[in-house]
Amino acid sequence: MSELQLKANLSRPDDFYAALLAAHEGLSKAESDALNARLILILANHIGDQSVLKQALSAALAARHPAGGNT
Amino acid sequence: MTRIFETPLYPYRRSADQDSSEPAHHGVVVIGAGPIGLAAAIDLALQDVPVVVLDENDKVSWGSRAICFAKRPLEILDRLGCGDEMVEKGVVWNLGKVYFGDRKVYEFNLLPEEDHKRPAFINLQQYYFEKFLVDRVLDLQAAGKPIELRGRNTVTALDAGENGVRLTVDTPDGPYSIDAGWVIACDGAGSPVRSMMGLDFVGRVFEDNFLIADVRMEARFPTERWFWFDPPFNKGQSALLHKQPDNVWRIDLQLGWDIDKEKEKRPENVIPRLKAMLGDDANFELEWVSIYTFQCRRMEKFRHGRVIFAGDSAHQVSPFGARGANSGLQDTDNLVWKLKLVIDDKAPESLLDSYDDERILAADENILNSTRSTDFITPKSEQSRVFRDAVLDLAGHFEFARPIVNSGRLSVPAIYDGSPLNGPDVAVMPARSRPGAPCADAPIADGWLLSHLGNGFRLLTIDADAPDHIEIDGIGIDRLALSARDGRAPALSERYLGEARSAVYLIRPDQHVAARWTAYHEENLRLALRKATGRARQEPDQEDDER
Ligand SMILES: Cc1cc2nc3c(=O)[nH]c(=O)nc-3n(C[C@H](O)[C@H](O)[C@H](O)COP(=O)(O)OP(=O)(O)OC[C@H]3O[C@@H](n4cnc5c(N)ncnc54)[C@H](O)[C@@H]3O)c2cc1C
Repeated sequence: MSELQLKANLSRPDDFYAALLAAHEGLSKAESDALNARLILILANHIGDQSVLKQALSAALAARHPAGGNT
Repeated sequence: MTRIFETPLYPYRRSADQDSSEPAHHGVVVIGAGPIGLAAAIDLALQDVPVVVLDENDKVSWGSRAICFAKRPLEILDRLGCGDEMVEKGVVWNLGKVYFGDRKVYEFNLLPEEDHKRPAFINLQQYYFEKFLVDRVLDLQAAGKPIELRGRNTVTALDAGENGVRLTVDTPDGPYSIDAGWVIACDGAGSPVRSMMGLDFVGRVFEDNFLIADVRMEARFPTERWFWFDPPFNKGQSALLHKQPDNVWRIDLQLGWDIDKEKEKRPENVIPRLKAMLGDDANFELEWVSIYTFQCRRMEKFRHGRVIFAGDSAHQVSPFGARGANSGLQDTDNLVWKLKLVIDDKAPESLLDSYDDERILAADENILNSTRSTDFITPKSEQSRVFRDAVLDLAGHFEFARPIVNSGRLSVPAIYDGSPLNGPDVAVMPARSRPGAPCADAPIADGWLLSHLGNGFRLLTIDADAPDHIEIDGIGIDRLALSARDGRAPALSERYLGEARSAVYLIRPDQHVAARWTAYHEENLRLALRKATGRARQEPDQEDDER
């Protein structure tokens, strides 16, 4: 079973982040939601491996709450 | 002209049982003469098991119901002796088109695998389907087989004991009682028998309504399945157009949840909806209009002692994927040979529990598939609609998204993996023919493989020696000896040999594989037959992996 990559893996994190925001610029909330959905599906297909995708879903769900102590 | 669904096909006739002072006894009583009850009764009669079918009605199915019948049920009908009528009358189709809004996002071809006698699907009105089954019942009767079909005989009460069941039956001449050794309850999704026994039927209701119309028209549309998501003529909802014989077209229009059903059903409201879809100049006549809400649910167990549920009474699915009648036929295909062995005292009653094991597995598979289709077609949350629409948008551009589009995953038979009846397997043989799988058809020297299998246990040998007939514990097994050596049977070899050079298959009366080896050993066959008939104790696993 392949492991989900949760260590830093983006070659250029700032550039990717900027590109992501740029893609959403000028879109309505509905258009943005649709774009996100298409993007998720494209990336999921690229990954392909169902076990990796399930790990990604769990990781995304787990990060709903801030990590660390409850101070 | 009287149409077949208006004609009493098995009108009420007073039976001698009604004048008997003591309730008459019958080996098997089938309740319900829908597609499943009729198929069960034909199967029993073919095996010379006396059977009486009771139905509260005397006609075929009323309203828009099943139209798509898949390959496996057609093969079962061949075994029952009425496949040809169905396929000759039916419409064969392979091409489907999917639209989103006003654009076609893609089309698919079912691309049925070659070298099968039967097509992947036919479309045929349920009333024809039932009519051909009733014809078959009458033919069997004329040939002296022990089968009786009693119209306008409504079961009103049932008392299930350990060794039999007493039924109270209402008729135009008043009530009478009969005793049945076994009851097969095929009385449909609303099963009165289920309620009489206080049994559960749990699952999910989809909060949506569908207008289902069958219209007669001379249309220029091709023989294809057209499915629309969010079409301009039915904004925000879905639609389906599919061809049936006699220029009848099936139309499904999703309507949403909060509607006035009575109002929507009136022709003055239906006709404008259909014209919006078919064009203002479309010239059609309404055959049926109904409004349905769909559900997916099943009984916790299908067998309750001497009462066994089959078809919609045991499980119900939404029609996306055509799994209702198609799976019900596989229920009785699975049940009847087991019941015959139990009645003949050649297998323990517990063999019937494997009906639950195998058909509940199949029902869960069908429920899972049709639930997923329904969730895709009728998204129930904002996010599920966002993803659904994203898939459809992507499908228009990229190949990868097309397999995610789900307008119904069409019915395929279940493979009974893990069934307690399964015997040894051979790893190098094709997975599709592993124990538990239904045999795939293949052309052989004199016709088709499947027409040589079924009704009894068979030993299929490919380039292997074995006796032509063997009797084990009172069960006769005939051999079907084939060869793949001359290269003239590539399909047979691909479907049954794989990497092996020879093969011996034990095949059940329902044409499912029980066990397979590369060579014949009587002792192995004996053990596998015991297992397949529910008489196995714990045995050491016997693997046969020689080539
Ligand atoms: C719109 C729609 C589309 C469908 N499309 C498909 C499809 O394409 N393919 C497919 O495979 N399936 C399809 N189905 C499902 C299919 O119609 C059913 O699965 C099938 O009819 C089930 O058959 P059955 O014999 O179990 O029950 P039923 O057909 O419901 O028959 C039950 C019988 O029991 C009788 N009965 C009831 N109570 C009593 C009583 N107390 N005493 C005596 N008799 C009684 C009734 O009169 C009836 O004849 C569709 C269904 C719908 C609604």
